[in-house]
Amino acid sequence: MSIVIGVIVLGAAGGALFELIADSRYATRQGDAREQPIPFSHMHHVGSMGIDCRYCHTSVDNSDWAVIPPTKTCMNCHSQIWVGSSTLEPVRESYRTNQSIKWTKVYDLPDYVYFNHSIHVKKGVGCETCHGRIDQQALTWQEPSLQMRWCLDCHRNPAPNLRPADKITTMGYVPSEPQEVLGARLMKENHVQKLDTCWTCHR
Amino acid sequence: MKISPIAASALAVLSFAALGCSRLDMQDQPKYRPQRPSQFFADGRSERQPVEGTIARGTLDEDTAFYQGKDAAGKDIEAFPIAVDKKVIERGQQRYDIYCAPCHGRIGNGLGMIVRRGFKQPPSYHIDRLRQAPVGHFYDVITNGYGAMLNYSAQVEPRDRWAIVAYIRALQYAENANINDLPQEARSRIPAAGTAPSKAQQSEPIAPNDTDFSNFPAVPATPSGVPGAAGAGAAPSNQPERK
Repeated sequence: MSIVIGVIVLGAAGGALFELIADSRYATRQGDAREQPIPFSHMHHVGSMGIDCRYCHTSVDNSDWAVIPPTKTCMNCHSQIWVGSSTLEPVRESYRTNQSIKWTKVYDLPDYVYFNHSIHVKKGVGCETCHGRIDQQALTWQEPSLQMRWCLDCHRNPAPNLRPADKITTMGYVPSEPQEVLGARLMKENHVQKLDTCWTCHR
Repeated sequence: MKISPIAASALAVLSFAALGCSRLDMQDQPKYRPQRPSQFFADGRSERQPVEGTIARGTLDEDTAFYQGKDAAGKDIEAFPIAVDKKVIERGQQRYDIYCAPCHGRIGNGLGMIVRRGFKQPPSYHIDRLRQAPVGHFYDVITNGYGAMLNYSAQVEPRDRWAIVAYIRALQYAENANINDLPQEARSRIPAAGTAPSKAQQSEPIAPNDTDFSNFPAVPATPSGVPGAAGAGAAPSNQPERK
């Protein structure tokens, strides 16, 4: 009898431990800034220079993929700015040799997840909503846990996370009217549905 | 072999715990997603370049006016190859603010943030040469670059390039607009000469963390010059509102 109880207690402890570890920031890598071959700073480019997200991530509003910009995009400015910098030598080398820079993916979704950037942008989900204050990230970190629970929280109740189309790339966005009113209106205007079936994302 | 129940349970706990911090095979499937590296191709890219000279179906781009901004003789075209309306200009404004304003500035004076940080200063759109330049010239510069400016053909698609050109025309028009061009009710919103524009009348700052807005102009209180010189169909009677 005591053996049975022991197994149950240990099993429960195991389950709890599993949950603790799986939800930990260590396992999800939430808040974890990744090492990059070149210490690219969004804080500098977005925060100080005021460059719009779409200058580099050109396809974010018409494709599932926001695109890591080609080296040519860096060279639009860095052909003239910081040309002597050793930090940027890998960029120039990539441009000279036509070899891609091997950036480290920060938001690495599992391969069994379908995700589309453009539909989120079109329906009114701002960059900041998922990527956080990118204008304050010197090295890019993973803002959310990217757990399924996190996706579902919004898919079941999108209204609190909707903003007007012209504020999509705004950082530090503050709604100009109560979010309950705005969210409800944008739900209607943008025909936002509560898509929480399995095959919305697993297709 | 006999395993004690306690040892078995401990093993179960450990294997659960191990699951929590390792990715499973299904998460990293042997397939390509956009920009995923490849071990197979020598250049390490899964994205393949089309064979040189290949033209994909529907991309022959024979319409030289639309795709190159040139007429049959290879001269820059004077008239827009698309219909320009308020929607096009607003799209142009949005694209301009993303791709052009970093250098050319939000009002086209050539004093954008990147220029202030050392990039070669481009000419203002408001100089006479560029006010007289045909629309095809601006399209050509976006498409092929000009001087220190690299081309933007990969970042801005043809239709949006024309929208940007339309917006540049709107900027040129606005810079030299006469106060009498405004509807009566809008005139009172213009500050008198010498007074700073209120916060609402300023352009939205391009750089939220940058407090130097010395380059952001007040709306000209005294009109200088007359409108005109804009290309055919370019002078919009219905200008986009600037917030």
